[in-house]
Parts: sequence; structure tokens; C-alpha cells
Amino acid sequence: MIKEYKTIKQIASPLMVVEHVEGVTYDELGEIELPNGEVRRCKVLEVDGDSAVVQLFESAQGINLADSKVRFLGHPQQLAVSGDMLGRVFNGMGSPIDGGPELLADKRMDINGLPMNPAARAYPAEFIQTGVSTIDGLNTLVRGQKLPIFSGSGLPHAALAAQIARQARVLGDNETFAVVFAAIGITFEESEYFINDFRRTGAIERTVVFSNLANDPAVERIATPRVALTAAEYLAFEKDMQVLVILTDITNYAEALREVSAAKKEVPGRRGYPGYLYTDLATLYERAGRRQGKKGSITMIPILTMPEDDKTHPIPDLTGYITEGQIILSRDLFRKGIVPPVDVLPSLSRLKDKGIGVGKTREDHAGTMNQLFAAYSRGKDAKELMTILGEAALSEDDKLFAKFADEFEKRYVSQGNTTNRTIQETLDLGWELLSILPRRELKRIKPEFIDKYLPSKK
Amino acid sequence: MSGIITKVSGPLVVAKGLADANVSDVVRVGSNRLIGEILNMTGDTASIQVYEETSGLGPGAEVVTTGMPLSVELGPGMLNNIYDGIQRPLPEMRAIAGDSITRGISVSALNREKKWDFVPVAKVGDKLEAGDVLGTVQETTAILHKIMVPNGLKGELVSIRGGSFTVDETVAVLCDEKGKEHELSMLQRWSVRVPRPYQRKFVPARPMNSGQRIIDTMFPIAKGGTAAVPGPFGSGKTVVQHQLAKWSDVDVVVYIGCGERGNEMTDVLMEFPELKDPRNGEPLMKRTVLIANTSDMPVAAREASIYTGITIAEYFRDMGYDVAVLADSTSRWAEALREMSGRLEEMPGEEGYPAYLASRLSQFYERAGVVECMGQDQRRGSVTAIGAVSPPGGDISEPVSQATMRIVKVFWALDSSLAYARHFPAINWLTSYSLYLDNLREWYTEQFGEQYMKNRESAMAILQEESELQEIVRLVGQDALSPNDRLTMETAKMIREDFLQQNAFVDEDAYSSYGKQYRLLDLVLRYDGYCREALAKGCTNMDALFTIDARERIGRAKMADANTYEKDYDAIDAEMKQEIADVVAGGEDE
Repeated sequence: MIKEYKTIKQIASPLMVVEHVEGVTYDELGEIELPNGEVRRCKVLEVDGDSAVVQLFESAQGINLADSKVRFLGHPQQLAVSGDMLGRVFNGMGSPIDGGPELLADKRMDINGLPMNPAARAYPAEFIQTGVSTIDGLNTLVRGQKLPIFSGSGLPHAALAAQIARQARVLGDNETFAVVFAAIGITFEESEYFINDFRRTGAIERTVVFSNLANDPAVERIATPRVALTAAEYLAFEKDMQVLVILTDITNYAEALREVSAAKKEVPGRRGYPGYLYTDLATLYERAGRRQGKKGSITMIPILTMPEDDKTHPIPDLTGYITEGQIILSRDLFRKGIVPPVDVLPSLSRLKDKGIGVGKTREDHAGTMNQLFAAYSRGKDAKELMTILGEAALSEDDKLFAKFADEFEKRYVSQGNTTNRTIQETLDLGWELLSILPRRELKRIKPEFIDKYLPSKK
Repeated sequence: MSGIITKVSGPLVVAKGLADANVSDVVRVGSNRLIGEILNMTGDTASIQVYEETSGLGPGAEVVTTGMPLSVELGPGMLNNIYDGIQRPLPEMRAIAGDSITRGISVSALNREKKWDFVPVAKVGDKLEAGDVLGTVQETTAILHKIMVPNGLKGELVSIRGGSFTVDETVAVLCDEKGKEHELSMLQRWSVRVPRPYQRKFVPARPMNSGQRIIDTMFPIAKGGTAAVPGPFGSGKTVVQHQLAKWSDVDVVVYIGCGERGNEMTDVLMEFPELKDPRNGEPLMKRTVLIANTSDMPVAAREASIYTGITIAEYFRDMGYDVAVLADSTSRWAEALREMSGRLEEMPGEEGYPAYLASRLSQFYERAGVVECMGQDQRRGSVTAIGAVSPPGGDISEPVSQATMRIVKVFWALDSSLAYARHFPAINWLTSYSLYLDNLREWYTEQFGEQYMKNRESAMAILQEESELQEIVRLVGQDALSPNDRLTMETAKMIREDFLQQNAFVDEDAYSSYGKQYRLLDLVLRYDGYCREALAKGCTNMDALFTIDARERIGRAKMADANTYEKDYDAIDAEMKQEIADVVAGGEDE
């Protein structure tokens, strides 16, 4: 028998205090019934004696202290999951909003998930070909990785994420692929961009959309990525699917978290974000991965817009400490018309070394990758020097490096949003660009590979 | 003794009715019997940090104290194993609960069924003290586990038996001075927050060989020393830690993954059994203990994981072994402290960290050191502590970095701009330091002669000079430099690229012996010397000097085979000497 309480003592949105409760537990889900019959949801943040501090997921508007009723449901927030989720659109709490029928649940899962035992993880090592050279060639994505896109306001991260979702495939593999897309506080237009792209390519049939748009309740955003990841875990580990999860935009998520933290009057950490932001983000990101003995996997691409393009802002900073690398977009490159404007040097994939090489991509991959990075870095330095002192100040070698940097941006990075390059094409293009440089500078590549792959100069 | 919960707020639980419990006691909370530890007591009310997720816990649930502080089990079976932050073996938890970590799993740290071959060393009638070796167990092919008399005991050995036993079976009986008999098994318990005792401490005077050139030659760490590796994300902290765990010439490695990525622990778990120790050919996992509290695991256990790790390290030190503790990352540990402190509503210090942050950090690092172990045989052991620090935004002015820098003696500063240029290990040679250089100079000189340290000093001077010259080049261009300065720039570039850069993912380069390090740096400096002579003879063709064929061979010299590098380097030396002489002669012809 579920008790109903009419003992709401205080509401300071998004928090509410309910008194004289019994048997209420931490993290429990609750319902508030308004006098007009409307039901809203909430969860328990703290119980102290017989009073409970509760967080509302929706607005507090219209809640009457005297006449509203609160029920506690005896379990944390759950999501009804089933294979029929594919092709459907849900709101940020997991209820269908596409006009379709209610989901016939296969089972109900706690949206908070459980930490994965490190001894049960399988190391991500299967190369995913995204068709984007800067990713495949230099910051290789592997199955089960979490690789965020660090972007800024006005940069085309949506186009890049959609391109990856469209083109990504594991070589020589016919396994079932699914996309879980979570819109977290983004605009209707941005969300439609993704959905239209999925629709246009037919991917929508294999996509589950969770949508919390900019005008939906901000606090609901705290649940949205967890709901999406719960669906992803079900599809990956119970339905054996290869799931790509796109979370956009994590910045909105962190701001919702800050809102609740401030309401709870917690001691703030950097820039007002709660001190546990790292732990909280980790409980999202760490849900990506592979498990031993399971065919499915969760590969995650969270997108976040860096306030003022500042990589040291707490959100990108803490994200970078948890995720396995990052793809950074650059405003300078975007202004130069380079698409996708991936800033190669600070971008990184930590898992690349296990996903490339003989039997995965090609034997020369690791060496050429390091060489391209080093050469581009030196080329950029040379160009900087050139802007100060003029071309004459450069040594002959540095002039070649400067030329290399230009060509690299123009041909390697700027491939457009529709070009889908195979890994062979990407690697060959790399060699073509390296042939600009004197051979003695190619120190990072084994001599036998240089002999085999370096195109002879025209 | 049991109490009743009155408040639950995340990992913090408050319970009343615990008047008989002690501060720091381990308690079991709620019907799931979650593991917690008492932090504070007010009257009969205790504030408890719970090491597991508290979802579903509410007022009214029972709390039972065990009457014991948070302890680890010490005995055979720890090596080649992976534990969570409170020493529960993860593979066994997986066998019980599946791929995810559910709550309230109760499993002992050391397997109670497994039998170990105990070989007695002490004899009946021996007068033994705490720390004396009773017998040995060949725990793994790499490590002989010494079973010692537990601390606090002293007396005459009444009986001892060899053979195959489980860890909690009696192997010996000791009669103390009061005539009381103590049954001793291979298992000991020790409270993690109390350092294990030793006879006395020494100043570290031997280096820990890591096989990493920038560490061994430039900024060495001593066995028994302390070091910090700070750096922003993506600068390669974890790779440095992994390299140290792989190649350090210590007997036992305790690797604490504290609030870091799950896949990194998996990586170690999969890779270490495959990798061979370059010194004895044994799989590295056989000497390794892993402690994993990944970032998605409960935050309170993160605080405990560091202590669990160092206590296990001290236990192996007590056997007379050299042990390295690698903690990645201490910042996550400090954040766990901050979170608990905030929930306890303590007055915060800097950036919300508790005021006792610095003292806790120094207590941790001070548990490192070279000691004469307990026991009568005067054996020595050491614990070397190396902590990664993850400063927000890479800015080391934050409290955790600053508190760490005040304690540690070696500082390997990772630099994101080096990482972007794929200069790895991205340890900045200008901002890093090692305060052990003076202590270790004698050892280096004894082993390799005076030239080793002299080369190091020349190399550091060249790198320092380069940074000054770079300022000039940035303002007025390279042409303004004198030939000698241009050569300095060139040599500095070679030191950076051909010596300091080391690829952890290429077998030939991942580990570099002292001999190879010495010869490689010597080779670069010899090139510098020959060129300087050439310049003194009036040679002006700098470009020709810088592009001699031998340069490409120097660039690849680090890949030389560990057995034949000396011959290769001699050949390169002869070649460059000849080629430089040719350039000088050619200049005269023109």
C-alpha cells in the first residue's frame, strides 16, 4: 500500500520538502498529484528523520502546499525497455511523444545503471571507420570508446556528428547497428537536423530518440542522458547490438546539475558547478564500453559546447579527464572554410593504438600518424614565424613544412560533410602529403615502410 | 551493537544508538549490509561514509558495527589480483554478481580455499620477534612471499609445520613471555590508516631504474622516494604511470587506479600478463597488485583505495622488497575527500577542499621511504610513491598540486604543448625537477663514471640555452644567430627528438637500459663536439654539417637492439666524425 502525504512544507523550485514521511529512502522516485489531477514526478535527494528533500523534474508552478498529494513509489526512476524502442521518439524522461502506442515493456531498468566491474570489461580494440580522415587517420575511433566532440557556439558539430553516425562501420562486419540519440536541452531546429538526417538516410528505423528540448524542464535534463544510456545498455548487452550513443549537449546537462546544486545550497566548486561534477559525469561516460562474452557494445559521442571556446572550463576539462580522448573543433579553421574544422593537434584518441596496425587498418598507420602530427605541428610553428618575420626568415626545410601544413589543412582535413573516405584512401593521402617533406625528416616511420609506401616525387 | 539510521544524503549516513562504536569502525548498513566507516561521533550519533551506492536506504534501517577499523588482509594471494577500493577481489565479485558491481557483496580478500606450499624457515625453539620470517611461500614465479611474525608478538617458537595450507590454517605456534600460546596462520590483518612499523628509516640513495630516458638520466627518482606527475588531460599521465609500472626495477608494483577510466584498468589487466619483466623474463602481472576504483564506482571507496594500496605496499616492503606504489590520480582522491567534507558540512578551505587536505596528502607520501624492516635480520625494503595529479585546466596553482609539490621530491611536469606536437613522454625539461640528484650522483659515478652526470649537465645547459635563443629567433629570425648558437639550437633539437622522445608503443624503444641511455646522449653530444671543432676550424657550411647522412642514423639510434647497440653507436660515431671532416675539407676546397 503506497501512502499519500499532504505534508508538503516548502517549495523552492526545483526542491521541495515533505514532512512526516515514513519509510522513504534515498534516491526513491515520487509522484506529486496536483488538485486538478495532474501528476508530476520527483526524486528523493536526502532524508533526515521524518522529512525528505525532494527534487522536482518539472516546474513547480501550480503546486499547492495544502492540497497537493505526494506518493513515493518505492524504487528509483526506471525505464521500460523493449526492442520496439527502435524507430521511436521519447521525451527526456522516457515516455513516448511520437503519437505511437505505449511501449510493451520487456523489462524495467533502473536508469542509474550500475558500475561496470573493470574485470568484466573487454578492451575496445575494433577499428570503426567513420570515413573522416582526421578521425580515422589521426584520432581513430574504436568500438566501445567514448570520444566527445568539443565544440563552440556556432561551430558545425552537429554536421560532424551526423556524418559519423551516417558513415560509421566496422570493416568486414554485418552486425546490427543502432543509434541512441539524446537531445539534452538543445533547440528544436538542431534536434530536427539530426532526426531529418536519420530519416533521409533510413537510419531512423534503427534509432531511438530521447528529446529534451530547450523549452522542456531543465531539471528533467539530469535524467535524459541516463534514460538514453539505459536504453543503449539494453540494446547492446541484451539485444547484441552495436550501439552508437550521441549525447548533445552536455553543457546543458551540467548547467541543470548546477541549478539543483545551487538550490540545495551546496558548497560550489569551480565556476559554481558542484564539487561532484567529475563523479557525476563519470557515471554517464563510463557506461560506454564492451563486456567480455557479450557481442554488443556502446560507443559514445558526447557533444559539448565550450563556453568562450575555453578548453579549461570545468565541463570540457572534467570531460577530457574521463573520456578516451576528444575531437576539438576550431573556430579559426571554420573561418577559413575548412569543413569539418577539426583542430588536429589538441585532438586525441587514447584508444587508437590498439585499434590500428596490421590486421586492423594497415602496418604503416601508427608511424604515418605520428609523422603527420609532428610535421603539422612544426609546419604551424613555421607559419607563425613567417607571419612575424616573413618567408625569408625560414630555413629551406621550414618552408617545406609550412607548405605541408597548408596542403594538409586543405586536402586532408577539409573533406566536406559528404565525402566518405576508406582508411586506405586516408592513409594514401597522408603519404602523398608527406612526400612534400625531405625524406630524412620522416624519422617517425620505419624505413621499410617509407620504401614501400612513399610515392616517388614528380 | 546496532543503531538506527536517521539521515541519508548520498554516501553520508547518520545513525543514532551507536554509543559503543569507535571512531573509524567499519559498520554494516541497512538490509543489504553495505560497508561503511564511522567518520565522526556526537553522543551516540555517528556520521558514516558508505563505500557503496546508498540508493534505497532510508531512516529506520539498521546499522551494525563490526568493532574493527577498516583493514586489509595480508597474505599470499594478493599478487596477480585486482581489488576494489576496500580490497574486495573483482574477479570473484564478477563470479558472484555478474558484469556489474551490485551492492552488499561480501567476499574475503584472500581466497580461503586455495592452498599454498608453506616452507618453514624458523625452527622450534627460536626466539622470534615481530617481523621475523617464519617461513616462505612461492606466491608467484616472480615473488617469494615471506610469512612474518605479526606485529606486537614476541616469544619462542613452540611448533612449526611445512606443507600445503590455506591462509587461515595454523602453521606455527608461538609462546610469548607470559607463557601464552599464539596460533599463527599465513594471514595478517592491518588497519589501512595506520602506517606499518619499521626499525628505522634511511635517506634514499639508489635510483629506481625506469627505462625512461627523461626520467633516469634527467630527473631520476630514488628507491624509497616520492614523485608527482601533474598534467592536463591528454598529456600522457597515464602512459607515464603505465611505463613506470611496467619497467621499474622494483620487486613489487601496487597500481592504484583511483577514480580513473575503467578501460585503463582493463588495459593493464590484459596487457601485463603478456609483458615480460626485462630483468627476469617473468610476466609483469606476477609482481603486480591492482587496486581499481574507477570513476563510476562509489566515491567513498575512492578515499579508502589509496590507503589500501599503500598498506599492501608496506607489507611487501616489510619482507625486504623494493615496492613502487603508483596512484592515478591523487586529484580524484582529493575530490572524494572534498565531497565527504561538504556533506559533513565542514568549513571548507581553498576551492572547497577540506582544510586537512595538505596534511592527509603528506601523511600518504610520508609512508614511502627506505627502511630497515621489523625483525632481527636487518633486511631493508623500500616503498616508492608516485602520484599522478590532474589539475583542472592544467593549472598547477590549484590546492592539490600545490600541496603535493610541497611534499614530493621529484616533479615530472607534463606539458600539453609537447603532447600536441606528439613529443612523448611530454615531460617538460625546463619546469621538471628532481631533488635526488645530489643523493644519487655518487651511485651514477660509481656505476658509469663521472661522464654520465657531466653529460646530463651539458644536455640540460644546452636545453636551457635553447629556450633563451628561441626568444631571439622569434624576434629577429634565425639569421641573427652566430654559428655556435645555431649549433646549440640544432643540438638541443637532437636532444629533444633523438634522446628525450621515447615511444612507449614500440618494443625496441619502450625500455632503455642505463648503458644505452648513456651512450645515446653521448652520441648526440659527440656530434655537437665534432661540429664545434669544425666551426673552430673555420667551417661555415652549417647546412652541410646539419644534413650529413649520419644524422638520419642518429635519429634512429634509439631503436637499436638492446644487445648490439654499442657496436651500432660506435659505427655511427665513426661515420659522423668522417662526414664532418669531409664537410670541413670540402669547405677548404671551394
